[in-house]
Amino acid sequence: MSDVLGDFLQASVRTATPLALAAYGELVAERAGIINLGLEGSIIAGAFGALVGAGVGGVGAGFVVAALAGCAAAAVVAVVVLWLRANTIIAGTAVTMLALGLTGTLYRALYGAQGAALSVPTLGPQALPWVSSIPVLGRALFVQPVITYLLYGLGLGLWWWSTHTHAGLALRATGERPAAAFAAGISPARVQGWALLFGGAMGGLAGGVLVLAQVGTFSEGMSAGRGFIAIAIVVLGRWSPLGVAAAALLFGAASQLQYVFQSLGWPVPYQLFLALPYLLTLLALAGTQRRAAAPAWLGRALDDDAR
Amino acid sequence: MQASRIRWIISAVTVLVIVAAVFAVLLAGGYDSSRALAALWDGAFGSPYAVLSATLVRATPLLFVGLAVGLAFRAGVLNIGAEGQLLAGATVAVTVGLMVGGLPRPLALPLVLIAGAMAGAAWASVAAWLKWKFGVLEVISTLMLNFVASYTVSWAVRGPLQEPTRVYPQTVELAESVRLPALVDGHRLHLGFLLALALAIALWWFLTRTAAGFRVRAVGASASAARSAGGIDASRTAALVFIASGALAGLGGASEATGVTFALYEGISPGYGYSAIAVALLARLHPLAIIGTALLFGALEAGAAAMQRDANVPSVLATVVEALVVLGVLALDRARAPRRSV
Repeated sequence: MSDVLGDFLQASVRTATPLALAAYGELVAERAGIINLGLEGSIIAGAFGALVGAGVGGVGAGFVVAALAGCAAAAVVAVVVLWLRANTIIAGTAVTMLALGLTGTLYRALYGAQGAALSVPTLGPQALPWVSSIPVLGRALFVQPVITYLLYGLGLGLWWWSTHTHAGLALRATGERPAAAFAAGISPARVQGWALLFGGAMGGLAGGVLVLAQVGTFSEGMSAGRGFIAIAIVVLGRWSPLGVAAAALLFGAASQLQYVFQSLGWPVPYQLFLALPYLLTLLALAGTQRRAAAPAWLGRALDDDAR
Repeated sequence: MQASRIRWIISAVTVLVIVAAVFAVLLAGGYDSSRALAALWDGAFGSPYAVLSATLVRATPLLFVGLAVGLAFRAGVLNIGAEGQLLAGATVAVTVGLMVGGLPRPLALPLVLIAGAMAGAAWASVAAWLKWKFGVLEVISTLMLNFVASYTVSWAVRGPLQEPTRVYPQTVELAESVRLPALVDGHRLHLGFLLALALAIALWWFLTRTAAGFRVRAVGASASAARSAGGIDASRTAALVFIASGALAGLGGASEATGVTFALYEGISPGYGYSAIAVALLARLHPLAIIGTALLFGALEAGAAAMQRDANVPSVLATVVEALVVLGVLALDRARAPRRSV
């Protein structure tokens, strides 16, 4: 039984890792006031980039190319939204469609229609000394690929950065009240641009994790909606770095429950557990709106006179 | 009048330029472009089969959902949830269809279609209610509801609605009495296409010729102006449009289930709800133009399938074209109207 629990927790953290990476990207974008539906596109672009990069220069190069590819997808959103001043939601959806279509086309064009089982070097779990022997939680938290440990640092770093640095405050000011940020000498459009690019890079890394630390190969549409899940995670995590970590774990755990039920032989419809986090997110949305956890300017266009 | 004509010309040129660019890339990639082009054309228009069993069949759900998205966007409601509303419509239509299959067609079929539309409306009304009551952004709520809908389908076809042998994750086939009749013998084109056409015309008439339609457009143009200068209850109008949009998408799901698949399974929609955004935007949210863009994208998707079969060109290329069309329209609109936001 404790073995089932240990496996379950470890797998939950593993599943949560790409989700949390992407969600941190989305968190920064939303803190700047932008809902980036192009994040899903960044993830699939990152996954494809990881395949190409790792094929050329190994795992490290794979992650670098993944981040760059995710960034490139986000750059399209940034150009269309901030320079051409188009609607963010439509632009993001279009970029996601574009990235899904392009990666699918390129994959088939470069690696053949069947997409022969193409495997790349992967990043195995790396047990941390001492802490990994803590009962139950040790294995879940500290027998993971290196990228997961970087993720822990990223969460803490983001929390500190957004509350203690000038740039972090500028980011949050842009999402709350861009006109006021503008009056204080900040360029909201520039802040949103950087936030989008950072988010894209994180999405790309999330795609990289899928290929380089989990599956070991690319398949069409393997992002499987994780970019949208990331948006749910940010909402459920109430736009805070620590909340996002918890929400990502919840989503990770929900998707692992089905295997627990299977191994215990319980005939529980697992789809209900998969749907549960989304329902919780809807409830959280209804609850948070009044307590104003969301950035006040979220989803609204910048004023033409104060960019 | 002149300005709108220029916009249509721009739209048409955008599509042509994008298709030409994609083929240039294909050529550079070493594909047999002339063969691919021929396959694209043949697959979409080359034979009665291509038109009546591929292009128009594929265009039908795009038309329903394109109208749904177009109507919502017209009122400034960013309904990204057409996919979920379509799934809700298909699920309930099949559920009801399995129950009333024994009734005569003139009674059973309308019942099934209405049930589908109502399911779509109900699914949308959750998001409309959250927006109206709590100010929840509809973009996020409809996205969540899409996931809930797709997991619900996944559960239903493995649980309560699964066929009795419990081998395949799908329902049994619908009885003849709850299937939309074919329009041409021996082809897949069904009555749903005519229904969608009629709805497009009705929607155009509603938006341009009725007071309620004017209110919808006023709220979409500027909710605050509609409220202060027009005395319009903007949030109520937006909520009603949201629900009507869901009904259209739900009806699209019902039409697909009763006209094409005759059963419910997980992959019943290959992302119609997302393609619909491209369909509606390229048509500038104009209901009659949505007929044209739905046909265009239906032809594109039918042709792309043939292209993959005959010229080995990946059919996902159609998605690339759709996405580029949206980005192209966004960019050109902005270049022409420097201060509009949608």
